[in-house]
Amino acid sequence: MLEEVGTNTEGDLIINIGPQHPSTHGVLHLVITLHGETVKKVEPHLGYIHRSIEKMCESLSYRQFIYVTSRMDYLSSHINNHACALAVEKGLQVEVPERAQVIRVLLDELTRLASHQLWWGAMAMDVGAITPFFHAFREREMINDIMEETCGARLTMNYMVPGGVMFDLHPNFQRKVKEFVQFFRSKFDEYDELLTGNIIFQERTKGVGAISKEMAISYGCTGPVARAAGVSCDVRKLNPYEVYHKLQFDEVLQTSGDSYARYLVRMGEMKQSLSIIDQLIDNIPEGDFQAKTKAVLKLPKGEFYSMVETARGELGVYIVSEGGMTPYRIKFRSPGFSNLSALDHMARGAKIGDLVAIMGTLDLVIPDIDR
Amino acid sequence: MLSIEKITIAIQEALYANLPEFIALLAQFVLVGIFVISLFAILGLVLVFMERKVSAYMQIRVGPNRVGFKGTAQTLADTLKLVLKEGLTPDGADKFLFNLAPFIVMIGAMLLMAPIPFARNVQIWDINIGVLYISAVSSISVIGVLMAGWASNNKYSLIGAMRSGAQIVSYELSAGLSIISIVILTGSLQLSEIIASQENGWWIFKGHIPALIAFVIFIIAVTAETNRAPFDMAEAESELTAGFHTEYSGMRFALFFLAEYVNIFIACAIGATLFFGGWMPFHIGGWTEFNHMMDYIPSSIWFIGKTFFLIFVIMWFRWTFPRLRIDQLLNLEWKYLLPISLINVLLMTIIAIMGWHF
Repeated sequence: MLEEVGTNTEGDLIINIGPQHPSTHGVLHLVITLHGETVKKVEPHLGYIHRSIEKMCESLSYRQFIYVTSRMDYLSSHINNHACALAVEKGLQVEVPERAQVIRVLLDELTRLASHQLWWGAMAMDVGAITPFFHAFREREMINDIMEETCGARLTMNYMVPGGVMFDLHPNFQRKVKEFVQFFRSKFDEYDELLTGNIIFQERTKGVGAISKEMAISYGCTGPVARAAGVSCDVRKLNPYEVYHKLQFDEVLQTSGDSYARYLVRMGEMKQSLSIIDQLIDNIPEGDFQAKTKAVLKLPKGEFYSMVETARGELGVYIVSEGGMTPYRIKFRSPGFSNLSALDHMARGAKIGDLVAIMGTLDLVIPDIDR
Repeated sequence: MLSIEKITIAIQEALYANLPEFIALLAQFVLVGIFVISLFAILGLVLVFMERKVSAYMQIRVGPNRVGFKGTAQTLADTLKLVLKEGLTPDGADKFLFNLAPFIVMIGAMLLMAPIPFARNVQIWDINIGVLYISAVSSISVIGVLMAGWASNNKYSLIGAMRSGAQIVSYELSAGLSIISIVILTGSLQLSEIIASQENGWWIFKGHIPALIAFVIFIIAVTAETNRAPFDMAEAESELTAGFHTEYSGMRFALFFLAEYVNIFIACAIGATLFFGGWMPFHIGGWTEFNHMMDYIPSSIWFIGKTFFLIFVIMWFRWTFPRLRIDQLLNLEWKYLLPISLINVLLMTIIAIMGWHF
């Protein structure tokens, strides 16, 4: 094995980062070749948390398989469920009531905010600032409380069913969300003071880990990673689902493609999510929260694909149905995997400290990559 | 009024009156040794607790508050845990150097205690080249760090140690130059004389802007020299797990930990001595009444107050700033701090020659 050799023939140091390491945020294993402090090559080794979710889904009914996907990208579990529900609804030709659509979008955006907040704290930790992590968690806790009240769980919500949501909103939902939005807005300046405007942070991220628009496209990057390079790829804009086409929000784009651009995109997205929540929270239509569906769902024979914008990028759900009670084959296109594949390109020539900062801005969630 | 000065002088007189001179000297050595070791332990406990409370305050947490009165015994409990832990030595490690390294770091910190004036006339060794001694001895700890990194037979440790070496060697220049600018003003390397020269005002006020610049550079440089964030390249938790002491556990790890805190204390004590008059109360030249009022506060309180204020500032850095990258760290030193310090020393010399300072 490489780790026993230690150096390669050119005398470069070969280091294993992970699978247990403070900055890999999970069981990611990177084999990096170092020339002094400079990274020459990054080789991600995957599979430490592979649970064969795609295979498991093949033996679960169309109602059940949705909840397994919460465990993929656990930070945007609600959005994962959403993508699966959309694919099933496409097959069933079910019209989702408008109330359910609005609830789904609201919770999507709250999930996105929670995910970005965690990313913000973890990213700060990666560049060596520990305090922001706790500040981010203070806000994230409020979202988790809202989720707990409405969905019954804090992390893996399992709130989606084909045809709508599992149950109606909690009576406190609107008040609590408004409180949260107001509180979070007031804390945004603090975020900027702690990190965005900090000269050390800017020095650490500006011009580091840059990826061009062309390379971002060819690596299949999506989400904030691609948008930081100037690729317009927001599924909510390009291929709107639910009520996104009625909403006013901007796709946050940057052009430089470096770590700082990725940081700014995510910060901008948090503001856009807040504005989406603002637009919807007072306009939740009355009506059913769930469409009438049969007890046992059977998708017609064929192939169904749906995609959504998770906090990390484009999540695609591809279902092949033979007409039975369970899917014949399921494939998830997870954003983390393609974003990770660009890491080698970004990190070559950077310092080892930069590699960690780049990984932080990629916002990797390992169970999403391994599935 | 009770002061440490009276106690130490009383002890000394009692020793010399009742014992032959040689034995009295020996007894003094023993007493000083006990003093240094107990100060080491107390500083470790107090500073670790202080850091945990300061960080908790900045991170909207409560911090340790269960063990003992308001959590004050938390560090004692942690120490107990570390003492009971097994001190592992990795298989491929150079056993001798691996075990030696923490002690070298520790001894470096202990030696630095000698010339620090803790209160009026309370000083272990009033050496006439005090400042030079401090600059020289404070470099010893880097040998221990390099040794630890090399002997661990761990690549993370090695990278951490090499970083630490580059960093301490570079930042010593700035620290030295900013100390020299005060030496130029006082014309003496002896710490007691440097303090005596601040009788009618501290150098940070008397020395105009160059003294202020020197102080800022000094604080930055000692933060780097003690391997504290934002310059904690040698540890760099998110990159190198724990840097040079990745492989250390138990009491040997605790020694590194302790030495870090004692080094901070010493660095801040030196900063307080050079720029804020050490134990010298806040005096304004010519205001005799005011100065008398200030003298009522014991000198040890002044010293501890100033030192802990500087320690708080350094802790504040740690819990606010992100970490620099190694090349940026060296750039900062060689491209900015060093030229600025050189010019600053020149300015200070002009001020000293022309007698422009107060």
